[in-house]
Amino acid sequence: MITMEHVCKSYKVAKRKAGLSEVCKSFFRREHEVIHALKDVSFSIKEGEMVGYIGPNGAGKSSTIKILSGILTPDSGTCTVDGRIPWKNRTEHVKQIGVVFGQRSQLWWDIPVIDSFELLKEIYSVSKENYNRKLEELTELLQLSEILKTPTRQLSLGQRMRCEVAASLLHEPRILFLDEPTIGLDAVSKLAVRDFIKKMNREHKTTVILTTHDMQDIEAIAERVILIGKGQILLDGTLQDLRNAAIGETADAPENAGNITIGAGVSDEESLGAQSGINLDHVMAALYKKLDIM
Amino acid sequence: MRKYYMFFKVRFASGLQYRMASITALTTQLIWGIMECFAFKAIAEAMGTGLPMEYSSIVTYIWLKEAFLALFSTWTGDKDIFSLIQNGGVSYELCRPVSVYSMWFARIVGGRGSEALLRCIPVLICAFLLPGTLRMSLPVSIEAFVLFLVTLVLAVGVAVALCMFVNMLCFFTISPQGWRMVLLGSADFFMGNVIPLPFFPERFRKVVEWLPFPYMQNVPFRVYSGDLPVADLGPVMAKQVLWLVILVAAGLCTWKFVEKKIVVQGG
Repeated sequence: MITMEHVCKSYKVAKRKAGLSEVCKSFFRREHEVIHALKDVSFSIKEGEMVGYIGPNGAGKSSTIKILSGILTPDSGTCTVDGRIPWKNRTEHVKQIGVVFGQRSQLWWDIPVIDSFELLKEIYSVSKENYNRKLEELTELLQLSEILKTPTRQLSLGQRMRCEVAASLLHEPRILFLDEPTIGLDAVSKLAVRDFIKKMNREHKTTVILTTHDMQDIEAIAERVILIGKGQILLDGTLQDLRNAAIGETADAPENAGNITIGAGVSDEESLGAQSGINLDHVMAALYKKLDIM
Repeated sequence: MRKYYMFFKVRFASGLQYRMASITALTTQLIWGIMECFAFKAIAEAMGTGLPMEYSSIVTYIWLKEAFLALFSTWTGDKDIFSLIQNGGVSYELCRPVSVYSMWFARIVGGRGSEALLRCIPVLICAFLLPGTLRMSLPVSIEAFVLFLVTLVLAVGVAVALCMFVNMLCFFTISPQGWRMVLLGSADFFMGNVIPLPFFPERFRKVVEWLPFPYMQNVPFRVYSGDLPVADLGPVMAKQVLWLVILVAAGLCTWKFVEKKIVVQGG
């Protein structure tokens, strides 16, 4: 379904120190630094998989998502999604995918949300029946009925995010890229969004790639975890593999090791509830430090 | 096509969302229009017989300009696309199975159209009710009116295509301000928004006629009042079409180039 092979991408970043003299200096001579956002990234994802794509800030997560969704052209390497090269057959490619960029908005600021939805219906040529059915389903699951008629600018962040997620799913995409989709959501909405994603996956075999810093999202959704750090894939396996790696790596950190043993007892994950999420954060923090990818 | 119509529609709805803004804009335009009429009256009296346009044509030109300000004004509007480019909202735009160029074109037309529609009716009503020489006149003939509408559509096409080209250039600089100031500012002057083009010196006008700017509002507004005779319109309309094609092609080519190079900054 999705394969990425030896993908590299680097950015040129202008840098300077603070201070007025530095500002003047940089006016004449710019110092650039080349940041290798992705260094030889390869992985493949099968249809219907739900993959958590995690890593510390600036690891290259969003760059990967941008390449997969056809927004960014990599410097080298190949990438195919559903047999197509995202940045070459952009229009064809994007028909099949749904994207949520947690930090940006796809809704029109001044008009009611439902108008934005109607526009998306036309853009993706969704038939009236499909649209109505999907809208009903989304409205119910994400509790949108109250907010659909409100202009986007008057929604709270959480309300808006629920609408953003709904907007990305109206055309029933086969592949879903979620770039931090649960930013600003309250507990109820988070659970609703997670359940919804799982339901989509179960019923339509939607392939899901999720990047997030909320480890509970990963725990709830991802069957498989890909860990990226400094532009390289460091681990590709289950959440348990991640925990094991962390245990192995954190042998000399007793306060974390304790937590990991609790976290590793997946059988009673349910009863641990929120706590296991906190522990997973510790696991991740320890792992990031040990792998030296911060 | 339906898709692009929807873009137009949504942008249109978006433009009609703010009622208060339209009312205040109306007042501004009326006062501005009257002031301009007086200014040209002073010019007309000073120049005596040598006026390059009849005074009634100038008044009509001014009122049409005020009524359809939103269609051609280069210094307002279309800010949403600049901000899309500036803050990276363009990533969502790229995730749509439509041509970004056409999508934005439709969006700009919708934005300008909605504003113009809101403003033109009250401005025109007032302009027809004003006393004496300030009153706007009816079109010189039915023919002229029909051609006014046709050239108006073409003119909007040229104006939006120019705006799209500027939008595309904004991908190359981090801030859109520079391009906007230079290109759109000069457009404002050369298309006769400050002073109608017949007032320019002969030689200067000859040069300007090689640019796309005179093929925007200058044409329809002068056709309406008969200042630009219907008989002479053939070559002018041909040039309108030509510029429309050139600017759209330039915009599209730039976009094709941009599409490959684009880097959306930030996470």
